Amino acid sequence: MDQQSPVLSIKNLCFSYDGRAILEDVFLDIYHKDSVCIVGPNGGGKSTLVKLIIGLLSPAQGEIRVFGKPPQESRLRVGYVPQYANYDPLFPISVRDVVRMGRLGSSFLGHYSREDNRAALAALEEMGLAGHGSRRFSALSGGQRQRVLIARALASGGEILILDEPTANIDPHTEEHLFEILTELNKRLTIMLVTHDVGFASHFFKRVVCVNRRVVIHPTSALTGKLISEMYGSDLHLIRHDHHCALEGHSHD
Amino acid sequence: MTEFMAALADPHLPFLRYAFMAGILASISFGIIGTLVVVRRISSIAGAIAHCVLGGIGAGLYLEQVVGIGWASPVQGAIVVALGAAVALTLIKHFGSQREDTVIGALWAVGMAVGLLFMARTPGYTDPMSYLFGNILLLSKSDVYLVLLLDLLVVSVVGLFYNKLLALCFDEEYAFLRGVPTGWYYFVLLCLTALTVVLLIRVVGVVMVIALLTLPAAIAGNVASGIKQMMFLAVLICMAFITVGLAASYRLDLPSGPVIIVLSGIVYLLVLGILQLFPIRSAQ
Repeated sequence: MDQQSPVLSIKNLCFSYDGRAILEDVFLDIYHKDSVCIVGPNGGGKSTLVKLIIGLLSPAQGEIRVFGKPPQESRLRVGYVPQYANYDPLFPISVRDVVRMGRLGSSFLGHYSREDNRAALAALEEMGLAGHGSRRFSALSGGQRQRVLIARALASGGEILILDEPTANIDPHTEEHLFEILTELNKRLTIMLVTHDVGFASHFFKRVVCVNRRVVIHPTSALTGKLISEMYGSDLHLIRHDHHCALEGHSHD
Repeated sequence: MTEFMAALADPHLPFLRYAFMAGILASISFGIIGTLVVVRRISSIAGAIAHCVLGGIGAGLYLEQVVGIGWASPVQGAIVVALGAAVALTLIKHFGSQREDTVIGALWAVGMAVGLLFMARTPGYTDPMSYLFGNILLLSKSDVYLVLLLDLLVVSVVGLFYNKLLALCFDEEYAFLRGVPTGWYYFVLLCLTALTVVLLIRVVGVVMVIALLTLPAAIAGNVASGIKQMMFLAVLICMAFITVGLAASYRLDLPSGPVIIVLSGIVYLLVLGILQLFPIRSAQ
């Protein structure tokens, strides 16, 4: 793949729901091995943006290209990691069966080949869960379940990893471990992480994409208190102080 | 129990034998589809299909006896209406702008009302109670064959598309992103649910059939480690409920449908109680 052409390119995108504009004038280019944090207040349009990128929604206006094609045609090249807390804790399913779902592909019957099983096992191993394949998914800890979902995305062979609010409901230690994993994966994959918690725009990310109806892109170093309060207004209650931002201000332009 | 065994072999009680055979065979579909209904959380949808099937039963009776269409029958009416309800519910989920639960409620009641109106206009003594709460006296040999046929269908469809149905139930959005046409699989699941519900309407009736569909699966889900195991256990539990329920109803001279359902409910509560007192580790 050409290193210079973006893996994801959004031009002049608008999306509205029930006559209310959710996203306006979005321009965004994501490059190979980028690490991007998508932040913004709840209701600001982050999830809508992700749903447009993975092709669950279609834009009202504008263009989205994933690997040069419409998102619906590039779905199999995107690894999507939903929130682990969305899953029914009573669902009896093994970790192995969750991960193999990443290999469902488009074969008619959906039976798993030896290759599929190998890919699932390799992904579990990479996430440090090799011995947990036959355990019940709901019996794992939150952090482990999250890694199972990352393994599922890896098994699918996705080249862009999109994580939806992975930092919600996990403790600081697990979070640190998550970023160790993502740093390792970032050596070969493009990573996009959605969060409403600006504190997570840590030094791991190369760029921060602020979404609040409009989209503004910053280098991580530009994430300052001024920007944060501009984004969140006075509703902001939670600010973490254990990450490092440059002190210089910035301007929206 | 020995008395019940003797009754099963009694040539003068064919309906009991048919009820037993239909029940045991239908348990296979009930355990498999019941499991999917429970984990996919569409019990209320299955309930709506079961209830509005009465409309089809009424129409079948009316067409058979009043209009005089020889090949029409309550079972055919039930199957047509059940599949029609599955189509309607799939369309509403994917294209409808109405609240799904409102539509479920409407389908539920209107189907029953239509059925009762057809029965009111069908001469002779058509007792709605038989269809509402089950009546094993209505069973015949052809019902057993019908159950067998539908078992084959359920087992082969679920067996062939197991991974896709599992993905649909666990994480529909993700399955869709992996290229699974989830809308179609949801439709297939509702159709199989509809056909399964029709199977045992003569034994337990339209009102109670939902309990026999969901309770064995719910009990199995508490102890099973995976969906396959849950299906297998649900089949066995369903068979046990039907066997013991029929035997008890024969022994006590009570209607078999309610006995089977009360038995299922009691066992379900007992299992929940036992699990509260002695929680099992489901971590394996």
